[in-house]
Amino acid sequence: MERILLGHGAGGKMMHNLIKEMFVKAFNNPALNRLDDGAVIRMSSGERIACSTDSYVVDPVFFRGGDIGRLSVCGTVNDLSMCGARPLFITLALIIEEGFPVSDLERISLSAAKTAAEAGVKVVTGDLKVVPKGKVDKIFTNTSGIGTVKKGVDVSGSNAGPGDSVILSGFMGDHEIAVLSGRAGFDLSVKIKSDCQPLNKIVQKILCLPEAVRCLRDPTRGGLATTLNEICVSSNAGMEIDEALVPVRSAVRSACGMLGFDPFYLANEGKFAAIVKEKYAGRILRIIRAEKEGRDAAVIGRVVNTHRGEVILRTRSGGRRILGMLAGEQLPRIC
Amino acid sequence: MKYISEFYDKRIAAGLSGAIKKIAPARELNFMDVCGTHTMSIAREGIKDLLPANINLISGPGCPVCVTPDEDIDRVIGISGQKNTTIVTFGDMLKVPGTRSSLEKERGKGADVRIVISPLDALEICAKNSNRKIVFFAVGFETTSPGIAAAVAEAARRKIKNLFVYSSCKLIPPAMEALLKNRKVKIDGFICPGHVSTIIGSSAYEFIPREFGIPCVIAGFEPLDILQSVYMLLKQIREKRKKVEIQYKRCVAEEGNPVARKILSKVFRPSDAVWRGLGKIPRSGLVLRKEYKKFDAGSRAGSRAFRLVSNGAPNNEAKASNPKCRCGDVLCGIITPDKCGMFGGKCTPESPVGPCMVSSEGTCAAAFKYRHTSNVIRRTF
Amino acid sequence: MCLGIPVRIKKIMGEKALAESDGIQKEINLVFVPEAREGDYVLLHAGFAIQVINEEEAMKTLKILREIAEAEK
Repeated sequence: MERILLGHGAGGKMMHNLIKEMFVKAFNNPALNRLDDGAVIRMSSGERIACSTDSYVVDPVFFRGGDIGRLSVCGTVNDLSMCGARPLFITLALIIEEGFPVSDLERISLSAAKTAAEAGVKVVTGDLKVVPKGKVDKIFTNTSGIGTVKKGVDVSGSNAGPGDSVILSGFMGDHEIAVLSGRAGFDLSVKIKSDCQPLNKIVQKILCLPEAVRCLRDPTRGGLATTLNEICVSSNAGMEIDEALVPVRSAVRSACGMLGFDPFYLANEGKFAAIVKEKYAGRILRIIRAEKEGRDAAVIGRVVNTHRGEVILRTRSGGRRILGMLAGEQLPRIC
Repeated sequence: MKYISEFYDKRIAAGLSGAIKKIAPARELNFMDVCGTHTMSIAREGIKDLLPANINLISGPGCPVCVTPDEDIDRVIGISGQKNTTIVTFGDMLKVPGTRSSLEKERGKGADVRIVISPLDALEICAKNSNRKIVFFAVGFETTSPGIAAAVAEAARRKIKNLFVYSSCKLIPPAMEALLKNRKVKIDGFICPGHVSTIIGSSAYEFIPREFGIPCVIAGFEPLDILQSVYMLLKQIREKRKKVEIQYKRCVAEEGNPVARKILSKVFRPSDAVWRGLGKIPRSGLVLRKEYKKFDAGSRAGSRAFRLVSNGAPNNEAKASNPKCRCGDVLCGIITPDKCGMFGGKCTPESPVGPCMVSSEGTCAAAFKYRHTSNVIRRTF
Repeated sequence: MCLGIPVRIKKIMGEKALAESDGIQKEINLVFVPEAREGDYVLLHAGFAIQVINEEEAMKTLKILREIAEAEK
C-alpha cells in the first residue's frame, strides 16, 4: 500500500489496521494500546485523569442541527464521557483557509462557547493557524480534553462480559443524514437534524451506579456496527443484536434506501451504547430514558461467550448473520 | 416504508419457511440468482437460515460491476489520465481493480473521478464544466441502461458537446443462456432479477423452461419475496411444471415496460461483449447506435476525442491479474466464495483482489460482509 | 445497483416529479412512466421511475403470503 486512501479515515477496518500497524506499533504504551475513545491514566496521587483528542473536518461546516463549532466541543466531551470521566477542560485549535468569512468564524466560535456552557466545560487554551487558499477546505478544528474519573468507575471497551445487556440511547443515523443533506448536489430534501449534543450529563447520571456500567462507546464514524465489533474484539466476547429493536427513524431508513446506505454504519454525534450488567439493565434504561438525550433508548441485545469477537444479528425476517465492521468507506467528511 | 416493511414480517417468514420445508424434496437443489441486489438481500437477511440445508441459493453473474472485464477498467483509467478529462461513474466502479490500478487509486494520484447516483447527474456536470470532457463510465443491466439511454437522448436534444459515454452495459438473458450451455454448474431453478424484469418482462426468460426445462420465478427483493419465490420454484418442481412465473407482481408486468425499452433501443443496440468469468457472449452488451456515435468514448472509429490506450499504462506493460483470483468461477456459481483460496485472507473488502469482493453487491463481498453464522471464515482483523 | 425503492409521487412537473418517502423528498424523472399520476407509488432507480407499483397486486401478494403462513400454524 503506497498511499493513504479515504477509507483510512472512515472509522472502519482500514483505519483500525493502519492505527494498529503504524501508531500503536510506534508509540506502544498500555494506555494507548487499549484504544478506547480516550486514555485513562492513574496519577501518582492515585487520582485518575482522562484525556482525549479529536479533529473535525466536517463538510458542510454548518448543517441542520449543528456546525463544526458545536461538533468540536461535543466530540471531545463525549469521548471523555465514554471513558467514564467527568469532562472539565477543553482546548480548541483552528486551521482556517485564507478568505474564510469572519462572520462564519464568529458563528462557529459562539456555537462552540454555547455548547461548552451547556456541557459545563471550559475552553481554556487554543491555537489559530491560517493557511493560503486551497490548502485546507474552509476550516478544520481539533479539540483535546481533560477530565477526572471517579473512584469505583471502571469503564472500558475491554470490560464487556457474557450476560451483559447492550443498551442504545436513541435513533441511529441522524447526524450523517443531516450532514449529507447539506451538501451541494445532494438532491434529497430531508428535515432530519443532526443529533450532535453533549452526553456528559446523562453519562454522569448512569455512573451513579458505577458497578453497573462496564463499557460506554459513542458510535461515530463507522456507525453502531463498528462500535459493537470494537467492543467484542477488545473484550474477547461475542454479541447478539436484534435488528428489530435498534431504533432508526423511518425517514433515515428511506434516505438510506435511496442512497444505498446501511443505518448500522451511519455516524452519530449524540448517542451512546452502554454495556451494563444484566441485573441493572432495567434501572439503567429507566435512568437514560428519563433524560431528553435518551428518550428513545432501548435494550438491543446482549453479550455472549460464543462467536467471540463477532456480532451476530437476528434480522428483521428472523434469519441470522454476522454484523461486521465497516469495510472501506461510506462517505467522507462526516465528522 | 410502504411496500417494503410489509414484506419482511417475521411471522410470515417463519410460516413460509415451514411451508418450504414441507414441499422440498430430499435431494440437493441449486437455485441461482442473477442479480447482485438479490445476492445482497439473501445474505443481509440471513435467508439461508430459514431454508432446509439441501436447498442451495447460489449467485451467478448478477453484479454488472463484477462482470466488467479488466480491459474496460484499463481503458477508462487510460482515458482518465488525459487532459481536461473527468470520469463520472457509479460509486462501486471506483475500487474495481484493472490489471494495474483502479479509478480510486488514480483519483488518489490526481485524476478527476466523480461519483454519481443517476446518469442525469452527468449532464449537470457537463453543464458546469464546459471546458472539460466528461466521460460517463456506464455500467449496468437492463434496469439501469434505459436511464443511461434517456440521459444520452437528453444530451443530444440539449446539444451538449462535452458528454461521452464508455458503455459496459450488458444484457442478462444471454448470460443466463451461456451459463446453462456451459453446464459447469447444476442449476435447478432461476430466481430471476426483479428490477431487470420490470423493464424486460417475463417473455425474455421463456426460452429457459422451453429449451432447458428449468423453472424460473421473477422475484422481488424483500425477505418474503425471496422466500415466496423459493416456494414457487419448489412447487413447480414438485408438480413437474416448468415455466416462468412472476412473484413480484406489484412491480413486474408480463410485458415489462415498453416505453423504457423503446428509449433504450433508440440509443443503444446489442453487440457482442466480454464478461469476466464467462468470456465473450454474443449480443450481450450494448453499444451506442451510429446516430449517437459522437457520444461514444469506447469505439476507436466513433470518437476522435480520446487516445484509447490499452492497459492504461503508457509503456503498455501488461501485468496479468492475479492467477489465484477465482472471480470467474464465483461469477458462474461454480464455487462459493469460501472455496477461493484467497477469500478472507489475501482478499478482503479493505484489500480486494478481484471485483467480486470490491463491488458492494459482489458475491464475495456479500459472503464476507454478511457471513452466515454456520460458515467458518478465516479472520484477518 | 438494482436498488429500486418505492416512492410516492407528490407533484408532477412535466417530465419530472417531486416524490417522497417517509418525509424524504426527491426530484425524479418520469420519462418511463407517462401513465403515472400524483399519489401513485413508483419504483425509483438511479433517478428514474421505472414502473408504477400496482397496489392491487401488492395486496394480493400479501394475502397469499398470509394464507401460506396461516396454513403452517
